[in-house]
Amino acid sequence: MKPSRLAYRKWMNLMMRSVVILFTFLALIPLVSIIGYIVYKGYGAINWDFFTQLPKPVGEAGGGVGNAIVGTGILVGIASVIGIPIGIMSAVFLNEYSRKGMLSSIVRFVVDIMLGIPSIVIGIFAYLEFVRPFGNFSALSGGLALGIMMIPIVVRATEEILRLVPDSIREGAYALGISKAKTIMRIVIPYATKGIVTGIMIGVARVAGETAPLLLTAFGNHFWSKKLTEPIASLPAQIFDYAKSPYEDWITKAWGAALVLIFFVLSLNILARIFTKKRYKNVA
Amino acid sequence: MEDRLLADKKNNPLAEKLFKSGTLIFASLIIMLFIWMVLVLFFESRMSIQKFGFQFLTSTDWNPVKGHFGALPFIFGTVVSSFIAIAIATPISIGAALFLTELAPKWLKAPIAFLIELLAAIPSILFGLWGLFVFVPFVREWLETPLMSILGWLPLFSGAPIGIGMLSAGILLAIMIIPIITALSRDVIESVPTLQKEGILALGATQWETIWRVVLPIARPGILGAVILGLGRALGETMAVTMVIGNRPEIKASLFAPAHSMAAVIANEFTEAVEDIYLSSLIEIGLLLFLVTFVLNALARMLIWSLTRGQGVEGRL
Repeated sequence: MKPSRLAYRKWMNLMMRSVVILFTFLALIPLVSIIGYIVYKGYGAINWDFFTQLPKPVGEAGGGVGNAIVGTGILVGIASVIGIPIGIMSAVFLNEYSRKGMLSSIVRFVVDIMLGIPSIVIGIFAYLEFVRPFGNFSALSGGLALGIMMIPIVVRATEEILRLVPDSIREGAYALGISKAKTIMRIVIPYATKGIVTGIMIGVARVAGETAPLLLTAFGNHFWSKKLTEPIASLPAQIFDYAKSPYEDWITKAWGAALVLIFFVLSLNILARIFTKKRYKNVA
Repeated sequence: MEDRLLADKKNNPLAEKLFKSGTLIFASLIIMLFIWMVLVLFFESRMSIQKFGFQFLTSTDWNPVKGHFGALPFIFGTVVSSFIAIAIATPISIGAALFLTELAPKWLKAPIAFLIELLAAIPSILFGLWGLFVFVPFVREWLETPLMSILGWLPLFSGAPIGIGMLSAGILLAIMIIPIITALSRDVIESVPTLQKEGILALGATQWETIWRVVLPIARPGILGAVILGLGRALGETMAVTMVIGNRPEIKASLFAPAHSMAAVIANEFTEAVEDIYLSSLIEIGLLLFLVTFVLNALARMLIWSLTRGQGVEGRL
């Protein structure tokens, strides 16, 4: 082989390695920029009133997004009540009762497809079935929409964790005469608790930031919601409203709300990450 | 705990059955929910399907006042912005995936993979907020203005550089799908057998030649699957797009011009749609989105699954 050819190959190698590093760098710039800007622009809006007060009308200084923070909590709570039990029980079915059955294949497929459905489409469904029949937007319909989105996330995460529980543990329990349901409830699930909690945290973090379905269901509210059958405010919808507005004060509030939301979402993700790390150490 | 378990050894067969059928019922519930959703979408868009037929897809006339509904401007906006996103995100994601699998020193792999995962965790509305106030001005000043002065004679880069429009939406979408494509490509590339790589390295290949001639060809179907999945995400993305695309149902040759998207029009107009036919048309757009993402997801999972069978890769989505 001629030296010039070798030189070219070496040059190409160096070149493409640099390109790969450059691309990785490019992928990370937005993350730094987004978090940086949200902290930088949002921290000025944060004070005690911001967490406890209702939004003030345009022109009046002060006020906060207390109702939106509580609203997001309520919506995520309703979503969890729906998403967590359905998700965990289905995952138990998939991994403990029917690992290879026809029905489990269908459930797995449907779960995969549901993960990919655009959230706005789930919003349409929730509007048609949970809003229109009752005649008004409500916290309940918003929570249901988010709950539907949470199901596939929890199923996937839980099934993966249950798969990591060694069969020897199940066999040991059976050998002692413990029945299957009891083995699952008292041995397999407690063994996998950390992993399941991690999955739930990721699911909660995901739906807490969802906006599109809420525009069609929970809608938003400038006051405290007293009933679950009333429209309810939420952080993401509030950010959307404020960001579109022409008022400086509202835009600052949008950044403040963004800071609260990103803090919540990223904390859950980082905590989940820490949990997972320990889990892998245990299993390995 | 074990002692207590052993103490009440009496296993209740009824409880056993109840628990088992409980899990079965919840699992079937997911299937029923899915079928319910599909039926509702079809049923509620029937009116629009019957009235406009195939014209719905080809007409550009979206006029709620006159009761004409053609979805082409939205389809155009969704398709074009998603393809800009894919064109930008694919090379960057594959680059990042290669860095994470082949090039990065061990101590750097985990932190960088973690940071890319964090990018995926950021809610769409926050991409929108950042997009509107930080990214759009950036695109206007540093991308569109120079592009226009150099390539302004091309229709693609003509018109005033206002920042809000197709180009911004496309790039913002690219940023949002990079983590998905990167994570999946990384898993696929990691599943390439080491033996093959060692073989070509032993023959004196450089690291890049190993990647180019062995790793990428083997991983190709899986990477394609990852890209398709990214495309599916981009098509359905709502909040970030609606905040930067301009929300104008027009078809313009210029990438600088404001446009609209299928998901964005649903988010913007759904709660204002008082007439039945208006609502039905919006639902038909939702149905189209659903069908397209369904097909793309099924396809992508088949491709990825064929390469990483049994490695639990699907779970990380």
